[in-house]
This record gives sequence, structure tokens and C-alpha cells, in this order.
Amino acid sequence: MEMKTRYLGLDLKNPLVVSPSPMSEPIENIKHMEDAGAAAIVLHSLFEEQITLASNELDANLLQGEGSFAEALTYFPDMGDYKMGPDGYLEHIRRAKESVDIPIIGSLNGVSAGGWLDFAKKIEAAGADALELNVYFIPTNPGMNGQTLEDIYVQIVKNVKAVVSIPVAVKIGPYFSAMANMATRLDQACADGLVLFNRFYQPDIDINELEAKPDLNLSDSRELRLRLRWAAILYGVIKADMAITGGVHTSEDVIKSMMAGASVAMLTSALLKHGIDHLTVVRDGVAQWMKEHEYESIEQMRGSMSQKKCPEPAAFERANYMKILTHYTPESPSPMQ
Amino acid sequence: MSRPIRTVDGNEAVANIAYQVSEVAGIYPITPSSPMGEWADQWMSEGRPNIWGTVPVVVEMQSEAGAAAAVHGALQAGSLVTTFTASQGLLLMIPNMLKIAGELTPTVFHISARTLATHPLSIFGDHSDVMASRSTGFGMLASGSVQETQDMALIAHAASLEARIPFMHFFDGFRTSHEVNRIEELLPEDIRAMIDDELVFAHRQRAMTPDRPIIRGTAQNPDVFFQAREACNPFYDACPGIVQKIMDKFAAIAGRQYKLFDYVGAADADRVVVVMGSGAEAVTETVEYLVDKGEKIGAVIVRLYRPFAADAFLSAIPSTVKTLAVLDRTKEPGAAGEPMFMDVATAVTEAVMDGTAPFKEMPKIVGGRYGLSSKEFTPAMIKGVYDHLKEEKPRKRFTVGINDDVANNSIPYDPSFSTEHPDTVRAIFYGLGADGTVGANKNSIKIIGEDAGYCAQGYFVYDSRKSGAMTTSHLRFGPKQIKSTYLITRANFVACHQFSFMEKLNVLKCAEPGATFLLNSIYGPEEVWDRLPQTAQREIIEKKLKFYVINGFEVAKAAGMGGRINTVMQTCFFYISGVLKQDEAIKAIKDAIKKTYGKRGEAIVQKNWNAVDMAVDHLHEVKVPDAVTSSFDLRPPVPEEAPEFVREFTAEILAENGESLPVSKMPVDGTFPTGTTKWEKRNIALEIPCWDPDVCIQCGKCAMVCPHAVIRSKIVEPDALKDAPEGFKSATARWKNFADKQFVLQVAPEDCTGCTLCVQTCPAKNKQEPKSRAVNMVKQAPIRERERACWDFFLSLPEVDRNQINHNAVKDVQLLQPLFEFNGACAGCGETPYVKLMSQLFGDRLYIGNATGCSSIYGGNLPTTPWAPNAEGRGPTWSNSLFEDAAEFSMGMRVTVDRQNQYAQELVKRLESVIGGDLAKALLTADQSEEAGIFAQRERVAALKEKLAGADSLEAKALLHVADFLVRKTVWALGGDGWAYDIGYGGLDHVIASGMNINLFAMDTEVYSNTGGQCSKATPRGAVAKFAAGGKPAGKKDLGLIAMTYGNVYVAHIAMGANDSHTVKAFREAEAYNGPSLVIAYCHCIAHGYNLAMGLEQQKAAVQSGHWPLYRFNPDRAKEGKNPFQLDSKAPSMELKDYVYNETRYKMLSLSQPELAKQLLTAAEEDVASRWQLYSYLANMPCGSETAE
Repeated sequence: MEMKTRYLGLDLKNPLVVSPSPMSEPIENIKHMEDAGAAAIVLHSLFEEQITLASNELDANLLQGEGSFAEALTYFPDMGDYKMGPDGYLEHIRRAKESVDIPIIGSLNGVSAGGWLDFAKKIEAAGADALELNVYFIPTNPGMNGQTLEDIYVQIVKNVKAVVSIPVAVKIGPYFSAMANMATRLDQACADGLVLFNRFYQPDIDINELEAKPDLNLSDSRELRLRLRWAAILYGVIKADMAITGGVHTSEDVIKSMMAGASVAMLTSALLKHGIDHLTVVRDGVAQWMKEHEYESIEQMRGSMSQKKCPEPAAFERANYMKILTHYTPESPSPMQ
Repeated sequence: MSRPIRTVDGNEAVANIAYQVSEVAGIYPITPSSPMGEWADQWMSEGRPNIWGTVPVVVEMQSEAGAAAAVHGALQAGSLVTTFTASQGLLLMIPNMLKIAGELTPTVFHISARTLATHPLSIFGDHSDVMASRSTGFGMLASGSVQETQDMALIAHAASLEARIPFMHFFDGFRTSHEVNRIEELLPEDIRAMIDDELVFAHRQRAMTPDRPIIRGTAQNPDVFFQAREACNPFYDACPGIVQKIMDKFAAIAGRQYKLFDYVGAADADRVVVVMGSGAEAVTETVEYLVDKGEKIGAVIVRLYRPFAADAFLSAIPSTVKTLAVLDRTKEPGAAGEPMFMDVATAVTEAVMDGTAPFKEMPKIVGGRYGLSSKEFTPAMIKGVYDHLKEEKPRKRFTVGINDDVANNSIPYDPSFSTEHPDTVRAIFYGLGADGTVGANKNSIKIIGEDAGYCAQGYFVYDSRKSGAMTTSHLRFGPKQIKSTYLITRANFVACHQFSFMEKLNVLKCAEPGATFLLNSIYGPEEVWDRLPQTAQREIIEKKLKFYVINGFEVAKAAGMGGRINTVMQTCFFYISGVLKQDEAIKAIKDAIKKTYGKRGEAIVQKNWNAVDMAVDHLHEVKVPDAVTSSFDLRPPVPEEAPEFVREFTAEILAENGESLPVSKMPVDGTFPTGTTKWEKRNIALEIPCWDPDVCIQCGKCAMVCPHAVIRSKIVEPDALKDAPEGFKSATARWKNFADKQFVLQVAPEDCTGCTLCVQTCPAKNKQEPKSRAVNMVKQAPIRERERACWDFFLSLPEVDRNQINHNAVKDVQLLQPLFEFNGACAGCGETPYVKLMSQLFGDRLYIGNATGCSSIYGGNLPTTPWAPNAEGRGPTWSNSLFEDAAEFSMGMRVTVDRQNQYAQELVKRLESVIGGDLAKALLTADQSEEAGIFAQRERVAALKEKLAGADSLEAKALLHVADFLVRKTVWALGGDGWAYDIGYGGLDHVIASGMNINLFAMDTEVYSNTGGQCSKATPRGAVAKFAAGGKPAGKKDLGLIAMTYGNVYVAHIAMGANDSHTVKAFREAEAYNGPSLVIAYCHCIAHGYNLAMGLEQQKAAVQSGHWPLYRFNPDRAKEGKNPFQLDSKAPSMELKDYVYNETRYKMLSLSQPELAKQLLTAAEEDVASRWQLYSYLANMPCGSETAE
């Protein structure tokens, strides 16, 4: 039985990849992930905006009150150096690479055109095996149309691909009006992989405090459906490898992801809930299922339930919705009654 | 040998030498010497070695006395040791200095000489501190310039080692310690060559060691002490020769020759001035100028003042001298003359007596005082001295630089006289502290002094307030060495970085004809002229100034710099002034930016560079009209209705005319009226809070947290509002007992600093638009006039009846009039809301003994002071003694209050027949535990005074003088953690052990805030502070727990932002407790490094994380059989890291040394856990009757 898979041109020992989270910040966790069965790790994202904000914040706080009052011309000692900017992140890549044998994938969220390219090159130089572009724009500007937004995504991929030689995956959200077209455009821009999908944190509303509050809630397996649908639709349509992230919690979720057409399944919420050792449970569960169902390899199941290959291709289209509706009849008792 | 040219200030130049030739430094912060210790500590944390290749140990002590003792001990054990101090700090070292000198131990104390506190404190420079220490037996070596501070520092160390006499190396505080100037820096090999290792070995040989035991510090008796004291004489006799030898050796190495007494001037001078310190620089400049004009004058510059080498002094004086003027920068009231005058007079007299004098006739010797507290000492004044010496009978004692119209000691001078060199660029920059002007100017000096190779000098004048502070930078550049140790009065470039200054100051007074004027203005080149006051227009026209404007704020904002216009204005300066070629200047500015800000991240460099690139495009020359056209002029500094003293004294200081106030205008004993801040309308806030009565829930929190007492509330009769001005707001009062009355809340628009704490704390949100609260920030300018009228009306409304409110409720307490208002603390200060609360609760019967520090500065720094009386004329009476003695000082007040109360009671009894039995009895048995009782007692005292008014017995008169003591008073000692935890701890401990009814209020910012953020024992583990540049390794001292061990001390640990009711309760309980009380308050501070608008949130986080538990320990509860300890906050519910990493003081360690930061955080988490465990145990410990239960 062969659990190997290939993602972004990298040979992986199984399809389990750890997706970005603060869990990958301590090096000891990275080693733990490898030992527990992770085939690759996508590190937490390097956020250009965060770097800029951190710099500005430090600068503003150090400058506060400086040169104003004769007795206190400064309020802090002059530290020799600060590990500002991407240095800490790049050092983390280096240390991660030193500590494990599995591929380490860097993740980048840029803001400026220069930032995307500069940091991408630095991540490559630090030794990352591949790069995941964590691209998201919340299009709050009513003056911006979808085409413009999509062009930005495509241009970023093209630009980054032009300056690095390591494989580049793009992590996107599901909110494109024409997802298949968008995926194809990214594919044509030479993205080596598509990561489906980014989970955007949605703010909650505190009705007592009258505040919108950022709220982190973990995914569950129900969220997998959206990913499965689009992986199944895109399988065989695009050349780029696909990764499914968001809702992968169990071995069944991994198997479904493979069957839909993904090369790897990425986990974070499940690890946050159950711990890093959950990787072993999932990996062993996949192996057990394959054994029980006499699958020889992951490759054998990949894309088997894609739109192209599954017995009910229409299930991934609008019919799916219609089918549910048809189960409802006016005679059925309303839940309210 | 090529040596680096650097532009540094005196403190850095000295510290650089002291660090390299020492193994140990014992330090303690005091202005203006603190930066020397800070440099040493920083270099230690960076692992910088001394000249022997080993890293010195820098230890911060609890006081200067402790530092001197540690130095003494380290010396005794054989190390090479140094320290840095000034002023009262030096006085605290005197006991150990006598010992160190008596034991002939080489060391150098570097002193940035500062005024000793007398009638007031002053942070500025003169020689009163070193002169007060001159009898310690220390050698005294003076420096006058930044270059000399470096050179003399080394000469002092080398000479001390050989002479075995410890040295004070001193230089003028601020004028030299803080002046930035271009120096040739000594190389480590230069320093190495100056220090003789054999002398170091000899020092070690003399040290204590159990391997060669000796005993030192014995007690001696009349039989031998005297002789033993005289045994050191040969060392003092030899010392001057050794110093000169070392100076000669230095000259051979570094090329700069110094003598014990240097002479400048005409070889045949008939008038000679003797001077020491920075004044010698200005004297030299003046003498050279006047000698060129043919004057026969000269000056002796004193380098080695102790031991005073009379022979060397006499040989420095030309034989032609007819008159000698000895200028002392100190005052010794009651003495025959000032110290250096006495030394010179003695030396000359003895030489004439002995026939060894170089002159045939005894010259006239006169003594002059100048420059106290950094008073300007200019060539005009110096020429005044020389001119005065021409007189047949010059004054034997005189002052120069002031107008003494009382004793008529001052000599006249022509202020228009100037020696400024025409080739020197003289630039003055008026900036706001927050706009970065000073930092940019320091960079400009480096660019011009180090890169362009010009001589360069920078001196900076700061404000006495910490918010909205004006800075004035005086920069000189030129081909000639700059010895002008005085402010620029003839500038050829003037920049005003804040347009608002134009309305209140004549910033162009110092512009010389044809000068360039650069103004940061929101008004463009076409519009700006009409916005200038008449004075400015007149100056520009009459002096034919070239006038440029730039909207620096617009450019800075576009470049991402926010309100920091420094880079924009700096670029414009270089562009217009032509000091450097434009391309070179731009490159140099950008390089300097990279060097200064590079380590904070690329984004910071980039935005500054953007500002540079954008600046010149927005710079415009203004076409100056021929006539003054403005319809307005400079705003008067105080309104006409201000009291006479404020109009004639305070207003002059506010208008920057304090220098010209004569002696007759001065209070003779440092006594000032209170409540003067209200006359100074600073208008420093661009935005101020605006009240929305419809949303307001009348909780009082906004008024409670306002650090400057600019938000106030009252409850009034509806009728009282019938004449309210337009825009005055009110709402139906939300009090059961005031249901028929109106609640009013008003902001003082011209006193607000715009800190936004009130908005942040407001819990009421607009239901339709929750981003609005009951107070919201709005632009000040459009509503200034309207709100000013509303504020005046508000003040005219009656105060709430103190007997009608609940003094335990925040909303009620905030109806009380603050008697501490519009202080000069930082915008968003975390201390002043507590102080204001204290004034509201007890202000009309409050004595305050204030430790030196932030609270003494915002509480008592001229020109205006915030402690204020109420309408009846009662209010807090305030005084500052020293940093270290606030507890004892206040205890003295308590002793007096109790004593006079006792005496008054005795007199009441004795005079019962005059007073009447009922009144006497009521006076003696009054219950004054609550406001009503105090009010009633005041009425009785009024009645008593009435009865005694006609009586002419001595006892009746005596009672009249002490009758007010029959009304309950409250005594509070105030100070920061530097006082309570460190320097004042011994006194604090003694006072709380005394059992007396005294209240100590420690405002814990966890750092020495006033002197710029040095570590105290209150600094938490893992926080970075000066003197703990590597993060504080030890945990915070638990002062409250220590105090509780006495059992009879009321102790409270409070944080207003976490629980304001708890704060009110603690204050009232502490005051009510008839014994010692210690209230320790968490105070957010600018030295913590975050936006202070979030201060209250951070206080909450401090409590929730367990860093700052709230508790009260009330011994009165124990008397009732209850547990005296009440833990008033909940168990930690937030991770410590989520609290600490909101603050730069912690974050900077995680950014620079992440592993260490992690270790210290873990240890700090353990501190929190173990402290909580202990407190929980204490809180749950069954006590007294609870045990029985």
C-alpha cells in the first residue's frame, strides 16, 4: 500500500500537510509534527503589513516623548538591534529546515508590489522548499470590480513566479464569481498549486458592548464540502496541484479530499483541537481504510470522485441544490408546527 | 595618528572615557548626569570591554549615598571605580567621599555640575554642588567644553591613580553635559598609554584582602586623630605637579596642552578675569575679540581647582595686572566671598606678603557671581565685567547677568554687544517636543560636524511642561572652533515648526537683518502673510527677512510620518541654508536616517526618505509686502483679570521675558500663590472632547480619569442655567436625591491636552451609532470661543454641597471641585488622575510633602502651578523637600499639626470662660469623621475667632493663630516608585513604623519616569529600562507586603483603570485610618511605551493578568475580629504575555533578545502565580472571630 503523493513537485510520504498556524512557530512543534506523521509543513504566514505595522509601532513608541523634556530626553535604552522585518521569519525557516527532513513551505502575505517580490526571494533564499502565496483582499471598495480584483491575484502570481525558482502555490478564498475561470487564470499564470480555500475570520458582534469583535472559530468537517466541490470540478481542468484546507479533521476527510482530486489535505483546526499527535490518528486512519478497502495507493483514489470521473457529475453543479429541494414537499410538517 | 571626529555631548564624551578606564561603576540617576550612567549600563549590556579587555560591571544603587558606598567598597577591594552624579546627589555622597579621600584612594567622580536645591529645586547648571563638596579632600578638575570633558576625564583618572587623591571631574550641567559639539575622539591606545599599569597594581596592592589582611576605617581618639589627619599633606602638595605632568603627557599623546591654570589674552593685560567651567569658553571668545580691538585684558582659566596650586596660579597672571575679577558660579550666602574668590584673594595676598608675587603692586581683587542655574553668561556680560574693572573703585562683590534692584549688586552691560563670527551659521529652530525637531537637529549636527567637516555646536532648550512642550534648538556651524557657550541671540536662520507659536511669541526677535525665516504653515505662500501677527510682519519687513513656508504636516502625512515633521523641516533647512550642496545634503540626510532608524525596520527608513524626497517640492518662498497689514498682534500671555502677581511675574515668564525680571519681583523665600495654571491658556490640543448629554449616563468616569482636570461636572438648580451662554449643555440629573436638578458637564477647551483618555473610558455608547460615545473628540479651533464662554459660565455655577453626596461613589465624588488642575504632566498621564482625586476628596484640609520626581515637576514647576484653592480660599498646601525624604518631611508636618492641635485644645480649655462652655466643649469633642462634622467644626472655629477677635490676652492671640488646627487636617506624602521603593524607602519604613496618622501615596510607574525611565526596584522582571538595558533579571519588590508585616499599617494596592470604586474606597479608608497608611497605585506611564490613550485598558490588563492584584489591608478590621486583608481582584484570567507585550518596555527585549525575553517571561509568570497563591492564602486565612466561627 502506497501513501506517497506529489505536491508542487515535491515527493511527500503521505498526503497530510500542516497548514499555517501559530503552532508552527516553536521549532519543537515542527519536529513534533514530522514525528507525528506530517509530510510537509506550511509555516505561519509572513505578513508584510504586520512587519510594517510592527516597525511603525516600535518607532512611534520609542519616539514618544523623545526630545521634549530636559530631564527625560528618551525613555528607553538604545538596544543594539531589533529583529524587525522578515529576519525572524527567515531565521525560522532556516531552523525549521535544519530540524526536520520533510519539506518546509513558506507562506507569504504581501501588501506592496515590492513586498511580494522581495519577501518571496528572501523566503526562497532562506531555504524554503516551496512558497504558498496567502493572497486575500476584502474588496470593500465599491468602485473596484471583480475583474480588477482578479487581475491583481494573477499579476502577483506572475510576478512572484518570475523571481523565484521554487514552486509557488496560491491560497485563495471561495468568493470569486467565476471560480473555475479564476482557477484557470491562476493556472495559466504558472501557479504550481492552488490551495482551496482560505478561511477568513469573520468578526462577531457583541450586543452588550456594541462592538465588532474578531473571533477565531475553528473549522469542522462540514466546511469540507465547499472545498470538495471545487476540487472535484477543477480536477483535470487545471494543471496545478490542488490542496484542500479548511475542514480536514478526520481520515475520512483526507480520503474525500484525495477522491475529489486534491494532492494533499491540510490540517490546522484539528491539530489545535486534538493536538499534534492527531496527525498520527488521521494518517493511520487513512492507511487502515485503504487497507480495509483494498486501495493500493493514494494515486489510485485521486480524482476518482471528481466531476469528470464520478458517477453523478451533476451532483457538483446546481442539481445538488435542486435535489435537496425536491426532498421537501408541502405536506412535510414544518419544524415550527 | 588619525582620530575619529565625532559630534557628541559632554555626558557621552565623559562616559566613554570613564567606562574604558574602570572596572566598576556605581550609579544612580539624577539630572543632568543620568546619561553617563545610561551609557555605561548600555555598553555593559552590549559587552563592550574596557582598555584591559574586560567588561566593567555597572551597578545601580538605591540612592547616591548607596552608589558612593558601593564605590567605596569596590575601591577598598581593589577595583578601579567611577561614578556619575550631580547636585543633591553629590551631597549624598559626601560622607563616603570624605572616607575615600581620607584613605587616599584613587577614583574619579564625574559631576555634571548642577544647582543645589535651595528656595526651589533647579535642574540646571552651576558650581554650587561641587563647591559644597570641596572640603571632602577630593581633587577638583574642571572642564569647559565637550572636547575638554573627554580630555580632562582621562587626565583625572590618570592623575588620581598617581596622586592617590580621588577627583571630582566636573563640567557645567546642561551647558556642557548636554551641548553637542564636534570633538576629536581619543583612541583606545591613547587611553591605554595614559594609564600606568604599575599604578593600577599599586592600587590593588593597597586593597583589602584576607590574603594580606589589613584593617582600615578604625576609630581614632584625640591623641592621634589630628596628627593622622595631617599625614596626608605630602600627597596634596605633590598633586598639582602630578596633574601638570599628566597634562603634559596627554599633550604629547593627543596634541592638546592644558595647564593647571591657562591664560588667554594680552601679555600686558591690566584687567584679568579668573573663571572656571563653560564660562571660560565664552570669556576666551570675548577676550580674543576685545584684545584684537586693542583692549588690555586677559583671563585665567582654572582647570585644577583643588588642590589649589597658588604658585601655578600666580605664574599664570601677567605682572601688569591691576585688577582681578574672580567669577564664581555659585553663591555662598553670608560668606566673606565666594569660594574661588577667597582662594585667589588668599593666594595673591600671601604672595604679596611674601614678596613672591609677579606684580609690583597689590592688584584690586573683586568677586563676581554669574550664571546660577544656567543663567546665560554672554560676551556682553563678560565685556560688562571688563568695563566695570576700568572703574576706579569697582564693586568688591557684584553679580552680572541679572538686574539686582534690591541690593544693587549687579553691574550693567550692553546686551547688544556680540562676538559672533560672521562666518558662523547661527540657526534657531522652534519646535514641539512631539514633532521630532530636536532629534532632527542632532542629526543635522552630526551631518555637518562629522560628514562635512565643519565645526558644529548644538544646544537645546526645553519646556518645563511635559505635554505640548516647546523646544528651542540653537545650532552653530562654521569653519572656526565654536566656543560660544551661550544661546544664539543673532540668528541668520530661524525656523518655526509650529504655527501656533507665532500667535504667542516673537520668534523673530533673534533674527538678524537679512536672515532666512522658515515657517511650517497650513497656509500657503499667498495666504500666510495675513495670518501673521503684526509683530511678526514688522520683524520680517524691517529686518528684510527671506521668508519661506511649507505645509510640513501635509508632507509628513503624505509620507506616512503622521505628525512628525522633523525630516521635512530638516530637509528644507539644508535646502535653503546652503550649508551643504543640495545633492550632498539629501544623501547625507538619507544616510543619517538609515543609521538612526534602520534597526527599527525598512518601513521607517522608507517613510523618512519619502519625506525627504517630497519636502523641497512643497517649499515656497513668500513674497513679502512692504507694509504691516495684520489686524491682530501677539496674544497676551494671561488675561487682564489675572491677579497682579500673575500679570507682573508669571506673565513675563510665559512671554519668555523671565530673564529680564529684576530681583525685586522675586519672592524672597520661594513662596508662591497657588492656583496659577488656570491663567495660562495653552491651547495645545487640536481636538478636545465634546459632551453628548443624550448618550451620557452621568457615571463620572470621564472626569475621574482626566489627568488635567479639564472635564468637570456639577449638579445645579434648573434656574441657575437661565443665563447660560449659547451651546451650554445640561441634562436631568440621574440621582435620586437630585432628581429635580440639572447635571452639567463641561470641558475646559483651552486647557485640554487632547489625550482622549476620557473617550476611551466612557462606557456609554450611542445606540444609533455606537462609534460615538457620551464624549467624543472634535476639532478644537471651531468651538474654542463658544466653549470658552461655556467654561467660564460653568465655573460661575455653585459647587455641589459636599454634605449632600455619597463620598464613596465615583459619580458623586466627581461632582467635587478638583483642587489640582491643568498640570504640566504628559498628555494621558497615569499619575495625575489619582492626585486630582485626592484633591477632590480632601483638598481643603490637605498638607502635601512631595518627593522630587514627576509629581514635584508637574506639581510645582514654574511658571504656573496646578495646586489650587477653592472659593473659600482653602486648598492643598504643598511643598517639596528632597527626593529621598518625603515621608519624613510629611511626618514633620503631621507632628506639627498634632502638636498645634493639642496646643489649641489646651488653649480652648484655658480660655473656656472667654469662649463659653458650650462652644469650648463642642470644639473639643467634635466628631470630624465625616464631611458634615468637619464643616460644623469650621463653623465653630469661625465662632471662636469671632469671640477672640477683641481679646487682647496673649493666650487669646495665641489661640487665634492655632485655632484652625482644631479642624481635622490630613497629611500626605506623595512620590513615585523611585522614592517609595528605593531612595526614600528607609524613611518610608520609619514613618510607617511610627504609628502616626500619616498617609503615604506611592505612584508606581515601575520606573524612574522623571529622569527618563531608569530601573527601580518596582520595575518588573523582564522589563527593559535604562540601567536594565538587558531586561530586569530580578522580580519586583512587594512593597505592600513588606508594609503589611507591621500589622498596624493600612495598605492598599489600587489601579483606577481596573476598578475606580476600589480606588475611591482605598483613598477614603487610608485617610480615615488613624495610623500610617500606604497606598500604592498602578500608574501607566509614557516610559512603558504605548499609546497612553489605552492606559486604562492596560491597567485593567495588569490586574486581569495577575501582575497587579488589587487589595486592601485594613488593621481596623482586625480589631473587629475580621481578616484585615481583602483581596479585591479576581484570580488571573489573562495570560501575562497578553498584558506585557502591549508595552514596548517588554517587547523591545523580545525583539532584541527573544530567548532571554522568553526566559524572563516564564520567571515573571511564576512570580504572578506564587504571589497570587500567597495573597489567596492571606485572604482566606481565618482571623479573630472568623476563626471562632
